[in-house]
Amino acid sequence: MLKGHQSWEFRNRPVILGTATAVGPEEGRGPLGDEFDIVHGDTLLEQKSWEQAEKMLLEEAAKLAIEKAGLTKERIHFYIGGDLMNQIISNSFAARTLGIPYIGVFGACSTSMESLALAAQLVDAGFAKYAVAATCSHNSSAEKQFRYPTEYGSQKPPTAQYTVTGAGAAVVSRDGDGPVVTRATIGRIVDMGIKDPFNMGAAMAPAAVDTIEAHLRDFAIQPEFYDLIVTGDLAKVGHAIAVDLFAKHNVPIERTKFDDCGLMVYDLNKQPVQAGGSGCACSAVVAYSHLMRKLRAGELKRILVVATGALLSPLSYQQGETIPCIAHAVAIESGVNAS
Amino acid sequence: MDNDSKKSSKKDKKLTMTQQQYKQFAKSKEPPRPVLKNCARAFFVGGFICLIGQLLMEMFVHWFKFTEKTASNPTVAVLILISVILTCFGVYDKIAQWAGAGTSVPVTGFANSMCSAALEHKSEGLVLGVGGNMFKLAGSVIVFGTVAAFFIGIIHFLFGAGWK
Repeated sequence: MLKGHQSWEFRNRPVILGTATAVGPEEGRGPLGDEFDIVHGDTLLEQKSWEQAEKMLLEEAAKLAIEKAGLTKERIHFYIGGDLMNQIISNSFAARTLGIPYIGVFGACSTSMESLALAAQLVDAGFAKYAVAATCSHNSSAEKQFRYPTEYGSQKPPTAQYTVTGAGAAVVSRDGDGPVVTRATIGRIVDMGIKDPFNMGAAMAPAAVDTIEAHLRDFAIQPEFYDLIVTGDLAKVGHAIAVDLFAKHNVPIERTKFDDCGLMVYDLNKQPVQAGGSGCACSAVVAYSHLMRKLRAGELKRILVVATGALLSPLSYQQGETIPCIAHAVAIESGVNAS
Repeated sequence: MDNDSKKSSKKDKKLTMTQQQYKQFAKSKEPPRPVLKNCARAFFVGGFICLIGQLLMEMFVHWFKFTEKTASNPTVAVLILISVILTCFGVYDKIAQWAGAGTSVPVTGFANSMCSAALEHKSEGLVLGVGGNMFKLAGSVIVFGTVAAFFIGIIHFLFGAGWK
């Protein structure tokens, strides 16, 4: 049900029955390498193109998540997903393979939590018994579409981010065992006039701050209500800006652990990723592997995942437009001490 | 200072005050580009590539009986070949991240831009993919190279030697 201005409270506590992640080699070498379900040694996955490889990652993650939930794809009512490719082809093509009724969404890198919030809403309201939320991104297909060819030798500035090659999927169910989705806040577009596509963190940070503040306001809670508040892909620059913005707005974010998936997925000192990770898969692979494990084990009781997205297109920034950004927050609680 | 603020306010005319303040704030949080380090690396790597070129040229002159003038063509061809091979093995972009302008300014960078675009768009077929996209990056170099040559030609004609 609606809570405050832009938030939902899920009274029936939809359960995340199963999650799965599939990643590429660079992510496998990162600090969370052991926690991913499938790690590929090659970014092409024996496919003919980057786009097909991206679709394969998504299919693998979705199939495995359904399997881990103890279900078959015939029993899933809806599949909600999106990605960065033009006309979200990765998800539409994967949905063709899966044959599950499909709702395609686009929220750039915020898609992971946008799709999870929608899946939870469908299940909570009784419009579906089982729904899958999934997203994916591929470093090379994103570079090809948004920047330069993969092998082109251009020097990236230290503010640039590295698109995560991977896919994450979650099966949301009306009942069962597992972490539960309790709240969600849908963000509004925040555009602070940043134009540089090599500095997405700075462009997205105000959107993340706006959504987190809206979430705290709508539920009348303080940051310490959560054990962890984690943003999607602000990376080094954006994360530092977000911390400062909270201080400016007098939100005591330091009372909880405030982290970023883009900083968790890679080892910034050892891997060539500049400011950190980005892409739809960034928040998805961290949330659906590392964070889910901790929630299931009871190491984390209550977390808020805030996926951040930069809603630009290659055309829009070439035409000198600023970058509109968005963030969606989803609260997930460990099922262990469910009331 | 005054000049600077005038310049930025003209550029940011469409932005609100909050946006402008944020832009300045974000700028202060941005790690600066290591300009000096980049220049030094570009100087040495670029110089090294030219050194290889010079060695190749000497080789063609001394061992294969080319003249100084005719040796430049095979020299460039060999440099392009090396660049294309490194691009195909996925090494060139890694060197370029380190070397910056050092690898993009010499002819090797031009070869890399064409080769990488051709590789990238191979999946869309030979005609529309490779053929249509090969000059995606190199195209503007050719266009503006030709335009610049045209104006230099006019200047040369007016102030220089005239018809020759």
